[in-house]
Amino acid sequence: MSVSPLTLFAQEVEMADSLRSSGKIYVVVAIVLVILLGLIGYLISLDRKVSRLEKRIPEAKK
Amino acid sequence: MKKQWWKISAALLLIYSVVGGLLFEVPRLNIVNETIRALYFHVPMWFGMVAMFLVSTYHAIQYLRNSQSIHDTYSISFATIGLVLGLLGIVTGMIWANYTWGSPWHGDPKQNGAAIALLVYFAYFILRGSVANQEQRSRLSAVYNIFAFAAMIPLIFIIPRMTSSMHPGSGGNPGFNMYDLDSKMRMVFYPAVIGWIAMGTWIASLLVRTHLLTEKLEELEDEQNS
Repeated sequence: MSVSPLTLFAQEVEMADSLRSSGKIYVVVAIVLVILLGLIGYLISLDRKVSRLEKRIPEAKK
Repeated sequence: MKKQWWKISAALLLIYSVVGGLLFEVPRLNIVNETIRALYFHVPMWFGMVAMFLVSTYHAIQYLRNSQSIHDTYSISFATIGLVLGLLGIVTGMIWANYTWGSPWHGDPKQNGAAIALLVYFAYFILRGSVANQEQRSRLSAVYNIFAFAAMIPLIFIIPRMTSSMHPGSGGNPGFNMYDLDSKMRMVFYPAVIGWIAMGTWIASLLVRTHLLTEKLEELEDEQNS
């Protein structure tokens, strides 16, 4: 971890430093990413379903 | 996969904003501490909401100009997603306020303004639901939509700036004044804003397409019945 002059100056402000140094922050990142990717994947499948319906009813496309 | 590049970029920008938002270095500030990272997720909700409402109002004006039902469809779809983003913004703000200000609803001008703006937009949906005639509904709600957007501007952008607010960055600019100095935060914040606007547009476009399909199916059913 690089330490900038600004962080040295304000080192007494409490931050989640131990969560970061222990590496457990990556667990949180992984969890949030799984949820986000899951939702994006679901959105893609919805998009495809709508596209399939539009092919069956071609006039519906503007 | 033609014309789909912006959907992929929306997904990539949001993935980047989650990784960067949780891992990149942020300024060490008293009171907000680590919750400064909420800026990457809470504030893009409001930017997204305003963008959605702006598109909705644009199509409301277009509808009043040429009475094409496609503009009404766009207007309601974007207003719906705007309201969803606004609700997410207010809920995330309440979670943050509970731990930083001591209570979820602090009566801060930013909170009150946002709540009234959302109520104004709730009325848009109530108005739509209360008019049976389709053409009347489109016309009335288009007029109201323009009023709602005009009411939202002072409620969200002007009044909180005129009074003292405890919201981070207040005292002049109630958005992100105190983070403005930190260019590292901007490198995550702006991609997050663009990502959420694109994501909102994507979901709204799906709403538009299902609206159009429903209309077409109803037409086909009418033909069969006649």
